[in-house]
Order: sequence, then C-alpha cells, then structure tokens
Amino acid sequence: MAVCIAVIAKENYPLYIRSVPTQGELKFHYTVHTSLDVVEEKISGVGKALADQRELYLGLLYPTEDYKVYGYMTNSKVKFVIVVDSSNTSLRDNEIRSMFRKLHNSFTDVMCNPFYNPGDPIQSKAFDSIVSTMMVQAF
Amino acid sequence: MESLTLSDVEQKYYSELFLFCDVDNTKKVASNGKVLDLFRAAQLSNEVVHQITELCGATRLGHFGRSQFYIALKLIALAQSGLPLRVESLNSVRDLPLPRFVMGKNEQEMRHVVMFADTENQGPYLPRPPGRVQAKKVSAHEMIQPCVPTVDPQPDTTSPVVSPHQSPPTSPHAWRKHKRQASGGNVDRQPSVPGVVWPPFREAQPGPVTGDGMWSAHSPPPVQESWVSFTDTPPSCTLPMHPPSAQQLQQENSNGGLLLLTQPESTTVRTVPSAMTTNEIQRQTSGYDDPWKITDEQRQYYINQFKTIQADLTGLIPGSAAKEFFTKSKLPILELSHIWELSDFDKDGALTLDEFCAAFHLVVARKNGYDLPEKLPESLMPKLIDLDDSAGVPEPDPEVGFSASPVEVTPNKSPSMPSLNQNWPELNQSNEDTAIVHPVPIRMTPSKIHMQEMELKRTGSDHTHPTSPLMAKPPELSEETKLAAAIKFPGTTVGDGYSSSDSFTSDQEPISSAVNRQRSHSGTSPEGLKVVAPPPPPPRPNASHSRSSSLDMNRNFAAVPAGPQQPGVVAFPPAVPPRPLPTQTSVPHGHRSVEGDGLPAITSTSPQQMPEQPNFADFSQFQVFAVDQPADDGEKPSDSGQVERCAETTGTMRTAKNDVQAEERNATTVNSAKVSTPLAPPPKPVRRRLKSEDELRPDVEDLPQKSTVIATVLATQPSIPRSIGKDKKAIQASIRRNKETNTVLARLNSELQQQLKDLLEERISLEVQLEQLRPFSHL
Repeated sequence: MAVCIAVIAKENYPLYIRSVPTQGELKFHYTVHTSLDVVEEKISGVGKALADQRELYLGLLYPTEDYKVYGYMTNSKVKFVIVVDSSNTSLRDNEIRSMFRKLHNSFTDVMCNPFYNPGDPIQSKAFDSIVSTMMVQAF
Repeated sequence: MESLTLSDVEQKYYSELFLFCDVDNTKKVASNGKVLDLFRAAQLSNEVVHQITELCGATRLGHFGRSQFYIALKLIALAQSGLPLRVESLNSVRDLPLPRFVMGKNEQEMRHVVMFADTENQGPYLPRPPGRVQAKKVSAHEMIQPCVPTVDPQPDTTSPVVSPHQSPPTSPHAWRKHKRQASGGNVDRQPSVPGVVWPPFREAQPGPVTGDGMWSAHSPPPVQESWVSFTDTPPSCTLPMHPPSAQQLQQENSNGGLLLLTQPESTTVRTVPSAMTTNEIQRQTSGYDDPWKITDEQRQYYINQFKTIQADLTGLIPGSAAKEFFTKSKLPILELSHIWELSDFDKDGALTLDEFCAAFHLVVARKNGYDLPEKLPESLMPKLIDLDDSAGVPEPDPEVGFSASPVEVTPNKSPSMPSLNQNWPELNQSNEDTAIVHPVPIRMTPSKIHMQEMELKRTGSDHTHPTSPLMAKPPELSEETKLAAAIKFPGTTVGDGYSSSDSFTSDQEPISSAVNRQRSHSGTSPEGLKVVAPPPPPPRPNASHSRSSSLDMNRNFAAVPAGPQQPGVVAFPPAVPPRPLPTQTSVPHGHRSVEGDGLPAITSTSPQQMPEQPNFADFSQFQVFAVDQPADDGEKPSDSGQVERCAETTGTMRTAKNDVQAEERNATTVNSAKVSTPLAPPPKPVRRRLKSEDELRPDVEDLPQKSTVIATVLATQPSIPRSIGKDKKAIQASIRRNKETNTVLARLNSELQQQLKDLLEERISLEVQLEQLRPFSHL
C-alpha cells in the first residue's frame, strides 16, 4: 500500500500526485521531487545503446528512515513514483512491480482517451480509482 | 358471432381489457369511445379498426358486447401480426400474440407494451410498473402506488385494479387500468391520473385540464415524445409504440403545445441531436427500471449518427473523430473525457457502434442534467456476444454481466475483440512452427528403420544394389527434405544427403569437412544426410542454432555448424548403419579418408550405407530372411563394407558389384554362408566407412565373400517378401540388428557429446572474450 503515488511527465512536471492526506502532503511532494534526481541518475547509468533494453521498473530509488521510494519510467519518459511506508515491510518487490504495471495500464487507458491532451493533469476517474486501490486506505 | 376460443392468457387479457373498457360496469361494452381509443391504441389504421368492428359485429349491435369485444381484440391481434382479418382465422391462428395497445405515454408504458405484449406474465406485473417508474415521475409513482393496494382486495369487476393481479400478461394494460381505475374513482387518485393514460390517445381532444396538469407533471414524457417529431429519423416501426407516440406527440403539439422541450437546441450542428438528447434523456429516466436504457428510436438515431462518421456499422470510429463529434455537444471536456472512459469498453481508443451509442446516450443524459454514472450501466454495455469470453470480459467495469438488455442488439462486435481472439490462433501456429523446429529427431528408430526397410523393399528391385538403396534414399531424403522444408530449410539434395550420410559414417573430423561443405549448401544437409543415416535427425532449424533442444544428435549437429562445423558432420553419423561394415569393412576401411573420397564417393557410400544401415535397416533382414541365416550380423558388416566400397568406388563399381551381387543373388544359398562373417564392433565400421576408395576397393576385392554377402543382402531386398515366411528368424535378426545399431548409435552419441562439449567450451571462451571486449553497458 502506497502512501503517495505520483505521475511525472517527461519534462518533469507532475501530471498527477496523490498522497495519503494524513501526513502533510508537502513532504511527499518534496520527496517525489527529489526522487526525480535519482531517477535520472539511474537512467543515465544504464548506457546508451541499451535504451530499448532498459527495464521500466527502476526499483528502490532510495530509502529514508520513514519510507521507501520506488521508481518506474516508461519508454516515453513518463515517470511513476511510489512512496511506501518503511514500516510496511510486507511489500515485496513483485508487489511493487505489479502496482507499477497497473499504474502503467491505467495511464495508457488515460492516454487513449481522445479527450485527454497529453501534458494535462490527469483527471480520469478510472485512474483515480486504480490509484485508490493502491493507496493506503485512509482511516 | 363466431365462436371464439381463447387461450387462458387471451382470456384473461381480454377480460381485463373488457373490464377496463367497461367503465360503466354494464358488462356490455365499453363505450364506444373507450373501445375506440383502445383500438386506436393498437396502432392500426382507422380502416382496419372499422373492419374489425364490423367483423366483430359491433356495428350491428351498436356496441361491444363481451364477445364482440373479445373478437375485436383477437382481430386486432391478427392485424398487428400482419395477418389478414378473417373471421375464420379467429380460431385457426394459434400462437397469436396478444394484441398490443400503446396507451401509456410514458416510456415505461411503451416499454411495457413492447416488452410484455407477447410475454406471459404470470406474476403480478403490478409491481413492475411501480418499480419502473422513475423517481422523477413522482406523479406516476403516486398514481401507481395507490393503485396497488386497491388491487389486492378486489377480486374482480369494478376495480380493474384487481384484474391485473389476476391477469398478469398485460402489464401495461393493467397498469393503465390501474391508472384508469384510479381515475375511475375507486380510490382517491390524483385527477391527473387518468389524464396520464389517455391524453396520448386523444386525437382530437384538446389537452384536458387534467391533461395539462399532467403535462406539466409529466413534462418529460411528452418531451420525450416530442423529440420523435424532431428527429430526422422517424422511429422505426419495429415497435408499435413509436408511431403512435409520434402521432400522439404531434397531436399533442397541435393540442396545446404544452410539450416542453426542456432544452432549447443550442448547438447548431447538433440541433436535432440536442433535441433528441433532451428527450432521450427524459425518456431514459422515465424508462422503467433502467434510466440508461436506450430506446429503439434513440438507438436508431445513434446508428444514423454513427453512419455519418463511419459508414460501416461494424467499423470503428477513431478517437479523434469521436472527439470532434462529441465536442459539438458543448459538454466540458472533463465530462466528455469521463464519458469516453465509460463508453470505450475495450480501451482501444476507438468506438464501435455499441460504444458509440453508449457514449451518445451518456452525452444526451448529461445534457439533460443527469449525472454521469461512475460505472457504465449494464444496458449500455456493448454487446460482446460473439466474442470469446475472455475478450468479452469487461475490464473496467465490475459489472460483468452483459445483460441481455432489451435494447436492440446491434450486429457489430467490438472489432478489437475479435482481433484479440485471432491473435491466439496465430500464436498457436507459431508455436507449432517452433515445435516443428524442434521435433523429435527422426531418429533411425526401429520404426524408422522399418520404414526405410519398407522403402527399400518398395524400391528394391532387380536394379543394381546401389540403385536400390539409392532409390530408397531419395524417398527418405525427400521425406527429410520435406521436413526440412517444413522447417524452412533448404531442401537437401540427394547428393547432399549422400554426402552427409557419408560424413555420418565416417570419422567425425574428416567427415565434418565434407559435410561442412554440404552444409554450406543447405543448413539442413545434415538432416538430409540423416535420411541416409539411420535416423535423420529432425530437420534442424538452422545450422546456426548451435543449441537446439532436441536430441543430442541434433545438438551435435547444431553445434557443428556453429563451431568448426566438423563435429556437426559427425552428427550425421547416424549413419550408424555403417554398423554392418564394422566386422569386415572395419579393417579395410580403416584408412579411408573422408575427404579423400570426395563428395561423390561419400555420396556413393552413403546410399549404399543406407541399405546396410538397415542393418537396422532391412538389408540384414533381407539377408536374414533370404538367407535364413544365423549370422545376419556378419552379413551386415560385410555387406556394408562392401556397399561402402561399392559406393566409394563409383557407380560403375556399384553396378559391377551389383552385377556380381545379382549373380550372387542367384546363388541365394550363398547368402547364408556369408552370413557367417562375424560382426565387427559397430563403431569401427562407422569410422571406417570413410575409408578411401582404394582401401575399399582392395577390400572389395579381398572380400569377395563380403561382396557376395552384400550382393545377397542387396539381392534380398527384392526378396524380402520371401522373408515373410521366416518371421521368427527375421524378428530375431532384426532384434539383433537393432541392438547392434543401438550400440553403434550409443557410441556415436557419446562421441558426439564429446564434441559438443568441446564446442561448448569453445563457445564459452568466445563469449567471455566478447564480453570483455564489449564495453559494459549494463549496470
């Protein structure tokens, strides 16, 4: 269960960011912002010729004492960032991957909507519902 | 009047109607007015109504008695079914649907009529109308619900309210009756109630006050109907309700213009649609049970709109076109986006007819002020009937049940779905192809051997021996080539086959070179060779596939091409056949050099080896059979050796041999003698196969016996049939042969494996080097 889920466009501005409201969203926004640097770092390390082979799932970007940040970048340079609580140790890597997969599918559906202009904030209810299923259920 | 037999359902229905019309409770007949209204509600032309009244005798009587009424109803049913009005047909026509009367001006009523006119509702249909009445139709609710209680107590007669209970089938009727009754005064009803029912039918009557009241109360319905008049697509005639509704609307319009078009047509482009939309929405909401149901008129309209964008009803509307179209509705983009999400069921970015109708419907609903649902309503779900279940499973909506909604099922299927389905068979095919690639190697299993034997038998004749095996080979080779072709290998030539077989038999190294040459021709040459060889390994997909998952043989073969290719040649060895040669030929053949022999020699040998191979092949069998002999093995080697020699020497040699053999065949008895030659160890002959011709030749000369044996063996081919009589011995001999072959093959296998290992090691080293050379690009 994620604490915060964010979708960042290619130009590194947020398309969608949603966090559990209990903990001051500003902190999460800041975390996601800084995680972008880590994403870039990971991507640059992959190497030139392997762009096509780069795995979309970037894995754990960096852990802090409170939470862990996972990253995922699509081939169109759209980044998904998931922040999970560190205390939530039961989350396995596979689960994170599946969360990213669902996010990616949902994002694709949003993109397919002709009424959606790429670059606009994502306001799709379907997308919201998918994200909700992945977020920690707010009490 | 004709006697009229009615079914129970009809009986009930008609009695209800009669009661309904029998306002005065005179049991005689409904006043003409009421009856006429009823008849008009049947949506028949006036002439038909006249005819009916005449037929039933009402004109004679001046009123409708019960029987006349019933007859009239039946005639109406006939007319509605399109049957000619004949008195005779009253009783003759069976399964006549109940006459349909469109009286309700609400969608609900219409729907009721449509839905239930022909269905037998055994259960109380009363609940339905109330249930269907939308919250918006508060007045309708009020109308109906009060009626409900009255239904229960009263058994009959005065309160038609009861009758509904008793006669389920005609729900709309009952409902109407309810209303009517309610208006009749049994129960306090809103005065507008009757108006609800009847105004639509009052052609010439100006909207009564109640009607007006009702109009205001029920503005949506009239509006809904008004849209019909606006639509450029007149409601399809499929449903009786539509025409009347249109007529009613027009009448009502003329009556007082109280129809409220809730929303003025704002959008120019969509004037008609917008008019429709408002009405449609209201229609929808008034629809019983399901506010989202699309009526036929609406659907027809949608379909027409669809055609304007995409002529093919089974095609797709691309997202951009749909976007433009729906943008004209002037809904906020966000809402349009949401509508799209709901309606694009298969998430393909395009709209099928069903999806388009759903989207249009939602737009209409939204424009009329109805909130968009969170999930696609069932009635709007596209019909994915024809598609696979998996394809049909709705992804976004949890409402999995594809309701068999009464909405007309359009024939189109979501095109993406079929494509999904189609992908699967393609995959399967591809899988099969891959399967073919790694087929079980067509080893020279005993069965195969027998096959070859059979072929040999078939091909066997008095030809020269070389030719017979050769002939046998071609068929086998052709098989192989076919396999190869299946696997997309270049067909192997006979020569290749031969050469490869030679390579098989010969030592691996030397053979490889020769084979490699052949391989260069066709990646499958090995396979072709295999044909010659005992079990031609399944056609290898690529010589380059160094590691095929198939048998070791294949692997070896595969490895061969990848590597130095020599080992691959070795793979051919399946030429285990050489086995028979081992004994005698081993010695003489020892020095043969494969390359020295050259391809032709090799080829020559191979074919001949074929016959020998059959040591598991049939030669030995033939010999055995023909010879009756005990030492088949001995013959085999000798034969093989001789065959090899023959092959190597040349065709001429062979022919010469053949002649000799032929001669010797004649001396069949000799065969038995020849058999005595001991069977040399299998491996040896294999390697020795590739002995030089020279060696062979001398060997040949030195081993006249062997040649004779061979000859006899070869000769026995044609004589195989004779062996039938000696099944037991043949079986034993074949068993022996097979065992020998097995051992030979096992040895070959081990050798090949060894080569494989070597190759693998090479490969590993090369890969390591490659990696070292390649810059690290991975983290």
